[in-house]
Amino acid sequence: MSGHLLSIEDLSVTFRSERGPVRAVHSVSLHVDEGETLAIVGESGSGKSVTALSILRLIGDAGRIDRGRILFDGRDLLTLDKAGIRSIRGDRISMIFQEPMSSLNPVLTVGKQVAEPIRLHRGKSWAQAMEDAAELLERVAIPDARERLGDYPHQFSGGMRQRVMIAMALACQPRLIIADEPTTALDVTVQAQILHLLKELTRELRSALILITHDLGVVARYADRVAVMYAGRVVETAPARALYARPSHPYTLGLMASIPGLDAPAGTRLPTIRGQPPDLANLPEGCPFVPRCPHARAICSSAVPPLEPVGPDHLRACYGFE
Amino acid sequence: MHAYVIRRLLALIPTLFFASLIVFVSMRVIPGDVVDLMLAQNDIATGQDRERIEASLGLDKPLHIQYVQWIGGALVGDLGHSLWQNTPVTELILARLPITFELGLLALFVALTVAIPIGIYSALYQDTAGDYIARSFSLLMLAVPSFWLGTLVMVFPSVWWRWSPPLEFVPFFEDPVRNLAHMLVPAILLGLSLSAVTMRMTRTTMLEVLRQDYIRTARAKGLSEPMVVLRHALRNGLIPVVTLIGLQAPLLIGGAVILEQIFVVPGMGLLLLEAVSQRDYPVISGVFLIVGVGVLFINLAVDLSYGWLDPRVRRR
Repeated sequence: MSGHLLSIEDLSVTFRSERGPVRAVHSVSLHVDEGETLAIVGESGSGKSVTALSILRLIGDAGRIDRGRILFDGRDLLTLDKAGIRSIRGDRISMIFQEPMSSLNPVLTVGKQVAEPIRLHRGKSWAQAMEDAAELLERVAIPDARERLGDYPHQFSGGMRQRVMIAMALACQPRLIIADEPTTALDVTVQAQILHLLKELTRELRSALILITHDLGVVARYADRVAVMYAGRVVETAPARALYARPSHPYTLGLMASIPGLDAPAGTRLPTIRGQPPDLANLPEGCPFVPRCPHARAICSSAVPPLEPVGPDHLRACYGFE
Repeated sequence: MHAYVIRRLLALIPTLFFASLIVFVSMRVIPGDVVDLMLAQNDIATGQDRERIEASLGLDKPLHIQYVQWIGGALVGDLGHSLWQNTPVTELILARLPITFELGLLALFVALTVAIPIGIYSALYQDTAGDYIARSFSLLMLAVPSFWLGTLVMVFPSVWWRWSPPLEFVPFFEDPVRNLAHMLVPAILLGLSLSAVTMRMTRTTMLEVLRQDYIRTARAKGLSEPMVVLRHALRNGLIPVVTLIGLQAPLLIGGAVILEQIFVVPGMGLLLLEAVSQRDYPVISGVFLIVGVGVLFINLAVDLSYGWLDPRVRRR
């Protein structure tokens, strides 16, 4: 038995598509400890969102979890019955989604939507749950929170809606919050505020946080540990500091190099990772990064490299390069 | 909100004016004239008789004068007198209106109780056997005219089992059970024909709504599927369905006219058919005017209900 709050073991997820089954997540193993912030980084199609959605079994009808275990508090979330997983959702583990515009129900008041999980999981009356909702909206710094309980989502700005989503996720003081690109759809000026708020509130509640992002800059400021995903696999995982100090997978190196720096001389071209993001329905033999890797060797195409330690708590899936 | 309702009510005036004009004029240009019918019945066909009858009925005046007199009376609730019975048209209509209203309401109730649950079921179990059966049934109801189905319901049970639906009208407040027993068959037939399109619309919009991000949010909160569907999906899904019901109101009334005839329900439809065959102009015009007002008010009610269903269009 691991002592982790959540551990994903050997998770594989397949989606049906017109071109046949597509494996979106391939043998992913990850863990999160109490109160820790884990960032999952990767480009679109890397499997990071699917991994996160699999935790609460929200991947929808087109997806199927083929293999693996997701242990939370010693129980495998994948084998719970429907009532079992529902009692976890929104109570012990909650989610914040990417699009605050479309993730709130347009015909229900904000107060009711925030109060809903409290009423559901804590068995409180609507009046009591609304009282709690008002306090939650105050905590996420919505001005005049109490008066706005009866307002509808369209009466809030994008940033304010994401605050409502955060209030909803915090409602039952979950042990783990999963935030799936919570700021991607927001203005740059609002992004930092939202992430800061999220980090601060999870710290107060001592909740763990899984932060899914494609932005390594975000990772540096908010994450304790990082997992880098590529083509449905974890290619490198390390404490945030170690990853920045010693990125060890060619893909991570490429991502790091493509962060624009303020100290770069004017007129320098921003380095990019050459080639196209991988086509999940048509992956190459061996390491999926081979077509884009500047260090690819013959061995790389023979078999998928296993995750192996390169430092304390630092793993990478690469046969090595100079 | 009040200002909005008043504006909408004012907008009804020109619509009603044109509708009344069309009704009034079109009745006079169809072949066969009420005086001919009266003369034929009484066998006293001389030119003088004709003039006398026309004068006594007020039909000798120019058409535009007749129209102005009629519409002027309509404004104060007087729709003139029946040319045959000399009873006030308002009285005739008021006696029949509640019956048709009851039939329409029952039919709407049948349509919604059939269409909405089946539509939801079809959306939730898309492309399963149940969905195909539901969709085939709705196509069938769409294709089969209710007058034909009505005739079948009258004919076959009486041939096979020597039983036919009750055809004796009893006012609701006299004996509700016998009244409903009589009204139920036409109401079901009318309701089923309305339910076809409503069911398809419910299915389509529910499929759309169930794919939305906020449905995933609702599931992520730990809500059970029935709660996700009823609290989060249905209200969003019903917005277009309500519009459709408003648009179907004329269909409902049109269907009622025919089914009332088949099942001998003494409503507005039967009154209208009798009046048309006798060329009883004031009755025809009066019925059409009331039907027009009814349709316009149903659509106004539909528009107002958006505010309740969809807070994004709510007016302050």
